[in-house]
Amino acid sequence: MTDLMTHKIRIATTSLAGCFGCHMSFLDIDERFFTLCEHVVFDRSPFTDIKHLGEHVDVGLIEGGLCNAENVSTLREFRDHVKILVAVGACAINGGIPAMRNHIPLKECLEESYLVAVGIDSPQIPNDPELPLLLDRVRPIHEVVKVDYFLPGCPPSAEVFWTFLTDLMAGREPQIPEAQIHFD
Amino acid sequence: MLCEIVDRHGGQATSLLQILIDVQMRFRHVPPRIMTALAGMLHLPRTQVEAVVEFYRFLSVTSVGRFDVRFSDSVTDHLLGSRDLAARLCQRLGVKLGETRVDDAVSIHLTSCTGLSDQGPAALVNGHVLTRLDGDRIVQMADFIDQGMDLDTWPKNWFKVEDQVQLAGLLLEGELPLGASLERALTLHPADIFSEIDRSGLRGRGGAGFKTAAKWRFCYEGEEGAVPGDPTIARYVVCNADEGEPGTFKDRVLLSRNAQDVFEGMTVCAKAIGAQHGFIYLRGEYRYLLDSLLRGLKVRRLRGLLGRNILGVEGFDFDIEIHLGAGAYICGEESALIESLEGKPGHPRNRPPYPVTHGYLGQPTVVNNVETFAAAARIMAYGADWFLSVGTPESSGTKILSVSGDCERPGIYEVPFGSPVSDLLRRCGADDPMGVQVGGPSGTFIGPDEFERILGFEDLPTGGSMMVFSQARDVVAIARSFTHFFAHESCGFCTPCRVGTSLLGQLIDKIAEGHGTPHDLIEMTQLAAIVKNTSHCGLGQTAAHPLMQTLERFPERYQERLKTLFFEPGFDLDGALEVSRQMTGREDAHAHLTQSG
Amino acid sequence: MDQKTLTIDGVELSFDPRQTIMEAAAAAGVYIPHLCHHPDFKPHGSCKLCTVKVNGRFASACTLPAAEGQEVLNKTLELNQLRTRITQMLFVEGNHFCPGCEISGHCKLQATAYGLGMLDSHFPHFYPARRVDASHPDIMLDLDRCILCELCVRASRDMDGKSVFGIAGRGMESHLVVAAESGALVDTLIEVSDRAAHVCPVGAILIKHTAYEKPIGQRRYDHHPIQAALLQEDQGD
Repeated sequence: MTDLMTHKIRIATTSLAGCFGCHMSFLDIDERFFTLCEHVVFDRSPFTDIKHLGEHVDVGLIEGGLCNAENVSTLREFRDHVKILVAVGACAINGGIPAMRNHIPLKECLEESYLVAVGIDSPQIPNDPELPLLLDRVRPIHEVVKVDYFLPGCPPSAEVFWTFLTDLMAGREPQIPEAQIHFD
Repeated sequence: MLCEIVDRHGGQATSLLQILIDVQMRFRHVPPRIMTALAGMLHLPRTQVEAVVEFYRFLSVTSVGRFDVRFSDSVTDHLLGSRDLAARLCQRLGVKLGETRVDDAVSIHLTSCTGLSDQGPAALVNGHVLTRLDGDRIVQMADFIDQGMDLDTWPKNWFKVEDQVQLAGLLLEGELPLGASLERALTLHPADIFSEIDRSGLRGRGGAGFKTAAKWRFCYEGEEGAVPGDPTIARYVVCNADEGEPGTFKDRVLLSRNAQDVFEGMTVCAKAIGAQHGFIYLRGEYRYLLDSLLRGLKVRRLRGLLGRNILGVEGFDFDIEIHLGAGAYICGEESALIESLEGKPGHPRNRPPYPVTHGYLGQPTVVNNVETFAAAARIMAYGADWFLSVGTPESSGTKILSVSGDCERPGIYEVPFGSPVSDLLRRCGADDPMGVQVGGPSGTFIGPDEFERILGFEDLPTGGSMMVFSQARDVVAIARSFTHFFAHESCGFCTPCRVGTSLLGQLIDKIAEGHGTPHDLIEMTQLAAIVKNTSHCGLGQTAAHPLMQTLERFPERYQERLKTLFFEPGFDLDGALEVSRQMTGREDAHAHLTQSG
Repeated sequence: MDQKTLTIDGVELSFDPRQTIMEAAAAAGVYIPHLCHHPDFKPHGSCKLCTVKVNGRFASACTLPAAEGQEVLNKTLELNQLRTRITQMLFVEGNHFCPGCEISGHCKLQATAYGLGMLDSHFPHFYPARRVDASHPDIMLDLDRCILCELCVRASRDMDGKSVFGIAGRGMESHLVVAAESGALVDTLIEVSDRAAHVCPVGAILIKHTAYEKPIGQRRYDHHPIQAALLQEDQGD
């Protein structure tokens, strides 16, 4: 469980259909980040701005659920490259707030947003190939790939990140204490 | 109109379901204003009326067609092409399955096994049964429906139901003279009736095998400290004629040709336990038997075998009422059946207390299977030794089996308990079967190396359903069909059954469609254990049997469908983009996803 | 008369012969997870969270009468895994979006999940389309969150004498209905002072104008695990 060159744990992170709130909460470990950086190195992540995963990544932290085709591709890239895949936060775990659209047919969602809503000038559903296509429902990531750990919360508190990573660094099976478990 | 229906059923709250069945017949649905009116007339919470309407499949909030067609959806019907016939009828009539055509002329549904597996594909049309459907009949039927032709003018042979008794034994051979067993019972003290039945070794024929004499005695004696047979306590005799286990139809045949035996058995029980009221809970699918049963009861009243002072015995008053079910498998469970008799949704009760002490309206109640009462009647007439002459020490007498599926001679076989399955397979003309579902989906699926196992409580207990499957059949598809049956019939009361059976259905769909992985098999096994161990009643406790038993016996049939991957999504990923593709007109590479990474 | 006893996880406790296992356990300060059970109402036995092993067989603690010599297993790994799965079933069956829910922090389903160490929903989500009814001036219904425990049904029938609520449908289509032809809560007899308006263990029945009154950190289960809270409730405090 070490980086080949530096003997540090390589971590990659991303936000799919999320709000980056989980990443912000991760940063809330504050000065403990310095300690962390003695043991880990960041691969693909908004923290590093690296766009694609390296070959040997130990841990992938996924924020957000799956709302479009690009989310699925990104998730699969993570699953293919990381040893331990972690669903971080409510959206990755159960779809979260974006999944509140799930009981409305996608057709209605798109029509409402791009065709009929008040104030729309030239009604048209965006169809540029650069834009990811929406899935009919927002899905949690465990419905598409095997997930190894779950860190619940909206967002998970800095303490949860810290518990998880310190357990991992110490070679222990991560164990989130009851007091740190929350879904909001 | 409504008042008339309510009056006809005595205006009692317990008749709610019976009233609603008539309302449904009359109005083709139960409109909200009628629910309100009924709640008022019967002094019931409106929520109870709505709960009942939405619980039973034969009642509906929205209108069904003037012709309401329900195709029997048992595995044995599938084998005979029922799904295809239903699709063709829908297509010809321009109506979607499960919906009512805009002109209200017709609605077409699938319904759980209608008890005609030996002469399927079967369907119900406005409560009448259609047997042996085929492509030609479907074409004609579509025309009849489009022309609005009255059911009376449809070909008579379409409605023909045959008994198909292939082998008769103790219960089906000969005729029990009317009143014979009752006359003997009248000479006996309740304790002697119990001991005669007890000596015969008669056990419940529904499948569970509880000792009939013990049930009757508990009901008579009451709870600890009660006065046995206390005449101030109302007791009830209930005949469970809700045979909903897919593949079973032997009670239909008993009620068609031996109904008097059943009535007689109930009356003997009433004499023994001191009951004045009896009920036959007749599944809605068998509504077409109602008139003949009512005539049979009338005959008994005229002969002094029912009613007041039966056979001239002062104070021996007993009568039988028939209550109809309305499409709910769970009502075959005795406490759910009692709830249904009381005019409620069929949710199984918490036990203890048991129905023998707290049954119908909280009073001591015996609930027995149709066949159990028929057997009790003959035992009373011919004696316990007559019954003991057949069967095994653990399982005396005979068992009436409903044989269907891949065999030359489906129908009714009354076999001695203790017979090996192979014997039955020979008799019914099943050569080289792949497996037999003994006792229906809640029973046991056995493979070829188990055909020497014997039918009886000591080995293979059965309520009577025997579905034979040839080597050409797909065992995974069979288990899948049964799993969906349980999910469809789950009453929804407890979490593990309500949610768990649906989750099991999703998992087996995924595996059957070739998207399963070894991980899914593990998941399915674990989920099956939870549903079995924590469900409230027998439905949930046995719902995973088809999956687990076929997996155990035919693991290779499951393995060969699995992907080698460790994980694959349980839903169609590319299909999830279809709406977006349609709305954007895109077909580029990024507009598609593969199913597995 | 001799005091009757049973054991839970090997610890002997005495009980009153009229008690269920759940009641005997609560009286002795032993927590058995539960959602559909409430000491003020008739035992129901539908959620199955209180599944225990009694003399080796699975049973619902809330409905099974306590009996002399029963050996009850409660806090075992096997049972807690099973309870976690049942809780997860309740989560995927409905739409439980805790981050935006008014009752978050006060919710028994959520707190029970915490108590069981539940981190994920494990199963695929059903995301059903469920009804929201805001017709009543004081009370709000959000059926996304209903777990079909029937506490409101029992409270309205047995305590308020109104039978405002019922469960209609069957299987996964089971759903809460209200006693009104319009289907709207405002057309029922319910009042904000009714017990039924306050008994919901989740956020399906809410009192309007009270949402988010307590900030995060001061809510019922923020620092008060479900074990202690429910024991207090069951012991009548």
